[in-house]
Amino acid sequence: MPEIPEISAGDTAWVLVCTALVLLMTPGLAFFYGGMVRMKSVLNMMMMSFGAMGLVAILWVLYGYSMAFGNSIGGNGLLGDPTEYFGLAGITADSVSGAIPTFVFVMFQCMFAIITVALISGAIADRTKFGSWMIFAALWATIVYFPVAHWVFAFSDEESGYVGGWIANNLGALDFAGGTAVHINAGAAGLALALVLGKRIGFGKTPFRPHNLPFVMLGAALLWFGWFGFNAGSALAANGTAAVAFLNTVVCTAAAMLAWLLVEKIRDGHATSLGAASGIVAGLVAITPACAAVNIVGAIAIGVVAGALCALAVGLKYKLGYDDSLDVVGVHLVGGLVGTLMIGLVATDAYIAESALGLFYGGGAELLGKQAIAAGAVLAFSFILTAIIAFAIEKTIGFRSSEEDELSGVDLANHGESAYEFNDAAYGGSFSKGSGSSVNVTAPSKEGAPA
Amino acid sequence: MKLVTAVIKPFKLDDVKNALEAYGINGLTVSEASGYGRQRGHTEVYRGAEYTVDLVPKVRVEVLVDDDDAESVVDVIIKSAQTGRIGDGKVWMIPVDSVARVRTGERGHDAL
Repeated sequence: MPEIPEISAGDTAWVLVCTALVLLMTPGLAFFYGGMVRMKSVLNMMMMSFGAMGLVAILWVLYGYSMAFGNSIGGNGLLGDPTEYFGLAGITADSVSGAIPTFVFVMFQCMFAIITVALISGAIADRTKFGSWMIFAALWATIVYFPVAHWVFAFSDEESGYVGGWIANNLGALDFAGGTAVHINAGAAGLALALVLGKRIGFGKTPFRPHNLPFVMLGAALLWFGWFGFNAGSALAANGTAAVAFLNTVVCTAAAMLAWLLVEKIRDGHATSLGAASGIVAGLVAITPACAAVNIVGAIAIGVVAGALCALAVGLKYKLGYDDSLDVVGVHLVGGLVGTLMIGLVATDAYIAESALGLFYGGGAELLGKQAIAAGAVLAFSFILTAIIAFAIEKTIGFRSSEEDELSGVDLANHGESAYEFNDAAYGGSFSKGSGSSVNVTAPSKEGAPA
Repeated sequence: MKLVTAVIKPFKLDDVKNALEAYGINGLTVSEASGYGRQRGHTEVYRGAEYTVDLVPKVRVEVLVDDDDAESVVDVIIKSAQTGRIGDGKVWMIPVDSVARVRTGERGHDAL
């Protein structure tokens, strides 16, 4: 009889809280993205994130968890067995992963799947059919995310004979909280989507000014807050590793924000609020894979490089001519690459004794090579498969909104709503025929509507 | 009667309102407007992308006055809205055929 593993109340409480924190990142992202688009498409932008919350959560418990954390099919580390935990079969309240109930781990990882899908939506702002996005989200989560999560997050266990993913085990690259599986993955997918859907009407000519920068800053704040769950929670325990991850999540992010602002001040003359919000996210992205492998010197270095490089990278789309509307590529792909690769340089055992060493700390170039292989593999896999999925959707049911819908605003076309009411005069109107003259619960609680 | 319309800098609205009240004007209509004159707009930079914003926020003030008061009201507005810097705005007047007070139905001068 195998020993019955014990549940740690402290670890369980911490990871439960972290799970809720990571869920909060997705509405945070909705505000971050929503503020950046124009007034006529803010609801659609936010709904792409909320849509992912609904859809991916269901897919995750149906077969996503099993594809990511089931025993590797054929033991080759490419894909977990979708039948093993189909519908979470066989898991009960007594099941334990490490020192926490398996259900907690299932939910913690569920939130990662949700936000990774939601991240992609920033590349296709202002021009997307909601139904097609939802179909894309389901296909992408299934074909791209669940396998990549297996590669990166599923660790083998010799004792129980469990075989996990190839990046985590065979290659041995370091990705603590998802620089490859989440950020490079979403960034590469965003690039593919932006290329398949094409540029918005007026891209590079008409100004697409952010319609609500306080929303963007609110979103960045919620993301930073939630990211503590993402990074420090990835220790899956309330311990020193979580503390190191938390520390680096503050330090790197602070450095990245300052670096982004400095680039702007020198290049454009002003340190902007959008730059501060963007720098925060760039730093959070970059420290994600590295937060348990570096000390504060490494965290600051990663933050400075990520903040400055992402600030420069967001301009590439105008030069190269792809409309990655909200810079999923410039922030998540570039930031994810910075963090994943710089582990190979600045990884140190200063804080966590068993950590691998990077080039600058006497570990040679071996780790850097592994990091590059992991980053490149996820980038290529995600880009190619995303392009195929997106192309298939565009050619069958259509992915992009009609020109008319795009010009008049995708909020109205997709959702039958408009985000803001600016004056009472314009708000007026009357009930349409048959829309509840006897039942008034749906009537806007506003004078002018029938009582 | 004349309709005097002024497009001014938003932060001068209170000065203009007070000056018109001091002159003896009983009512006016204010609306937010955007536009540009010789000063054109300004530039804004978002993630390094520089945009020229042509339209500048302005306030439009409309006052109905007797013919005799029209020129003086224009002067009052100019004096109270002036900063001397570019972008101070414009004032113009047009003739008005008829005015009625909705509450009483009074017409012409009595309706002012």
